[in-house]
Amino acid sequence: MIAVLDYGIGNLASAHKALLAVGAPARLVARPEQAEGASGYVLPGVGAFAACAAALEASGLSEVCRTAVAEQRPLLGICVGMQLLFEGSEESPGARGLGLLAGSVRRLPAGRRRPQMQWNLAVPTGRSALLPSPEWFYFVHGYYAAPEREEDVLAYSEYGVSFASAVGRGALSATQFHPEKSGRAGLELLARFARSCEA
Amino acid sequence: MEAVRIIPCLDLDRGRVVKGVRYKELRDAGDPVALARRYGEEGADELVILDITASAEGRATTLDVVARAAAEVFIPLTVGGGVSSVESARRLLRAGADKVAVNSAAVARPALISELAAEFGSQCVVLAVDARRRKEDYEVVTHGGRRRTGLDLMAWVSEGASRGAGELLVTSMDRDGTEAGYDLELYASIAQLVELPLVASGGVGNLDQLAAGYLEGRADGLLAASIFHFGRYSLAEARRHLAAAGVPLRALPAASQA
Repeated sequence: MIAVLDYGIGNLASAHKALLAVGAPARLVARPEQAEGASGYVLPGVGAFAACAAALEASGLSEVCRTAVAEQRPLLGICVGMQLLFEGSEESPGARGLGLLAGSVRRLPAGRRRPQMQWNLAVPTGRSALLPSPEWFYFVHGYYAAPEREEDVLAYSEYGVSFASAVGRGALSATQFHPEKSGRAGLELLARFARSCEA
Repeated sequence: MEAVRIIPCLDLDRGRVVKGVRYKELRDAGDPVALARRYGEEGADELVILDITASAEGRATTLDVVARAAAEVFIPLTVGGGVSSVESARRLLRAGADKVAVNSAAVARPALISELAAEFGSQCVVLAVDARRRKEDYEVVTHGGRRRTGLDLMAWVSEGASRGAGELLVTSMDRDGTEAGYDLELYASIAQLVELPLVASGGVGNLDQLAAGYLEGRADGLLAASIFHFGRYSLAEARRHLAAAGVPLRALPAASQA
């Protein structure tokens, strides 16, 4: 079972629907005990960093994420779910992320339309089997993650700045884009993630 | 990279897609879920569903259409029409909408924009605005263009942006349904004023006009309805034409190119 962590913010159901569409045994999970026995985890997120961080903490699911990563079980963060893996964000000074990856989250520079709300090309660094080739995915975000360690970057995209559009380390991976809203390329990424949870 | 979005729009009346001239003389254009699926497969970048039904039964039908479309079309889906409260927006988002568009209700009560942004995040909130040209500028109109508001369009979109809207969807009521092309001056003025993503809507009758929405209007989302519904152009034709005209687009995965 793949646990899609539902901590009560915004529309977290699309990731669940997309996983079901590729035949993955996904289940929406709102409490830590419901996640027991999961072979993989999806951490979605839309909205403001602080609101998501607080809701994730309050739900108890933040601990599920920390344990999953400590035990090297596959976890996929999406959008703000990716940003939450870092220590903090310029969007919400003072709010703390999970700190599972080193780095912070910054505002996209002025000069382009903000938020970025479009398809963009993600060019993989070759470190992740989830991203075998450059693909176009759908992005909606005004902030981007800046990992401290170059080796945590799984893909780069460009939007007025070259930024990490996918990050990860070990079994942990995350995308700034929305695979669940990126047509076939996104569904294929989710299918690869689901297969990595079976292994 | 920059990639302009081609956005087919489904105007929904009691569960059917319709299209008319300035919201009048509606023509039936088919089953919304089948159209949504086809556009998704053919390379639409997003979809917009606007519920133009006035009745409560119609609204329930829309929720059902959104849920069925969201279960099989995995591209972003904006839904509007009758969104007047956080609760009505929540119903649409739960059904599977990614963004909700607010229009008349936000004009009547601008705090609605702030409430939606606080509850769901700005990325969910599309400020839809119907505009009509005055002598020197543009006025916001509502109720399908039938009601004047006296609001200056530029002032209204600025207020919408500061209240937390994440995107603007601006329809020229002078052009809607006329096939005379987008009101390019309208979009160019807004694009200069506001940094939000901007979707142009109203008046597209051919592919040169679609391209002009970006090339001259500086809109990054190009919405059109009847040119796609009635089979005049396929999405593939539109993409080829726009690319040749110099509009930046995403590349589609190999097998979905027609």
